[in-house]
Amino acid sequence: MNGSKFDWGAARDVLPLLLHGFLTTLLATVLGTLVAAVLGLVIAIARRAPSRLVTAPVRAVMEFVRSTPLLVQLVGAAAVFSSVDPLVIGIVVLGIHYATYTSEVYRAGIDAVPRGQWEACRALSMSPRRTWQAVVLPQAVRNVLPALGNYAISMFKETPFLAVITVEEIVFEARKYGSDHFAYTEAFTLAGLIFLVASYPTSLLMRKLEKRLGH
Amino acid sequence: MATDPLEKTPGSTPGSAPPGAPAGAAPAADSPSPSAPAATATADAVPGQRSDTPMIRFEQVEKRYGDHVVLDKLDFEVRRGEHVTLIGPSGSGKTTILRLLMTLERLSGGVIWVGGEPLSHARTPGGGLKPATEKQLRASRRKIGMVFQQFNLFPNMNVLRNITEAPISVLGLERDEAEARARELLELVGLGDRVDAHPTQLSGGQQQRVAIARALAMRPDVLLLDEVTSALDPELVAGVLDLLRQIAHDTDITMLCVTHEMSFARDVSDQVLMFDAGRIVEQGTPEKIFTAPEHRRTREFLNAVL
Repeated sequence: MNGSKFDWGAARDVLPLLLHGFLTTLLATVLGTLVAAVLGLVIAIARRAPSRLVTAPVRAVMEFVRSTPLLVQLVGAAAVFSSVDPLVIGIVVLGIHYATYTSEVYRAGIDAVPRGQWEACRALSMSPRRTWQAVVLPQAVRNVLPALGNYAISMFKETPFLAVITVEEIVFEARKYGSDHFAYTEAFTLAGLIFLVASYPTSLLMRKLEKRLGH
Repeated sequence: MATDPLEKTPGSTPGSAPPGAPAGAAPAADSPSPSAPAATATADAVPGQRSDTPMIRFEQVEKRYGDHVVLDKLDFEVRRGEHVTLIGPSGSGKTTILRLLMTLERLSGGVIWVGGEPLSHARTPGGGLKPATEKQLRASRRKIGMVFQQFNLFPNMNVLRNITEAPISVLGLERDEAEARARELLELVGLGDRVDAHPTQLSGGQQQRVAIARALAMRPDVLLLDEVTSALDPELVAGVLDLLRQIAHDTDITMLCVTHEMSFARDVSDQVLMFDAGRIVEQGTPEKIFTAPEHRRTREFLNAVL
């Protein structure tokens, strides 16, 4: 309203709306990370399957997802599944998108488990299932936890894309308030600050975790 | 049976036989004592595992990587309870033999028999043999245990879990039973007080003792030892070798060792096989191999290492 000056009143008005949107952002990040963490692991294991009937389609889907922008995937999915809650679509698409990256992280973690570990399992007649469960995955996951955490943070920062498919997260609220009251500066500055306040300590925490695990 | 010179005399005092002792003889052993007499008695009772059947038989076994021949039409036998040492220059195929027996590698040709049954193959209804499937391999490798040069303990488990994992998940033992047995085995290898330790907290020698206990916990018929002291600091070697001497003496487990420790080979072996370029160039008792080797390559090798 008052040109280039920062309107503290507008900032005070928009804050509760933004914090409400932030809850949706958090929910999308946490659930999306969960999908990415589980699906990424499934992809990483599937890609080691002995049969090309398994590995070839998995690879094809992965390449497709990675070669197209997240935004396009969101809009596409929202158009195809128009009857589904946009938040659900957002979580699933974010999860799948990031799973293609976390699967690479897992793959590196699995490859880093020494061959001797696999051989020890065979020498003890352990089943492949038990080998993965008791020996390989616990070691691999421990190796990759920090990297997974970093993907969670970067997913957090990409959740504003969900605004495009009308998920009422923080940026959606900021834009709405901005256009209703013509106070974009205040709304987006605060939204940015909220992201900063949330993600900076988290990334510090991840760095600490990395140090602790990497001794 | 009792007159078979190859059967080890059971430990003179019943308690002296280590819990890992009677190996795979367990199925028919109704004696509650894990000491060797039960094992000797059962050797005849298990069909297809009579004591005159060789424990291990290599029949025209070949291993090639592309054009490189690692093992060249190898034939040899190991009797039940026998301790065999494989010596020879590195690259002569000794370790490959152990890896083939542990089914960590596939044969390029020939058949390996363990206890009268084909290890590398499955019998077809017509009486022939075909290469074993992964599932069949998993069943047949249960008779065999292996200790590795690099220990290969599971770093995500404590010492006790390292030993109980396979007995519980593979043999289906109850946790209590598996843990009781693991504690006995740890006593045997001199680490009764390190049950809760983490592998990274142990010295190399201690880790290798745990690895030995872990292999014995599966009660294998055959124990494969692949240069088990090569990765150890010199001052830790003797302790591990003494433990193996004790196991060799007190149990009737069949042992195949690849080692560069010639005095150990001399002490524990019933038979020494000298390898060169994928073939056995000479075999015989340790007395013969170490004091009167016939083959030029054996003499050269022993001169170099002794």
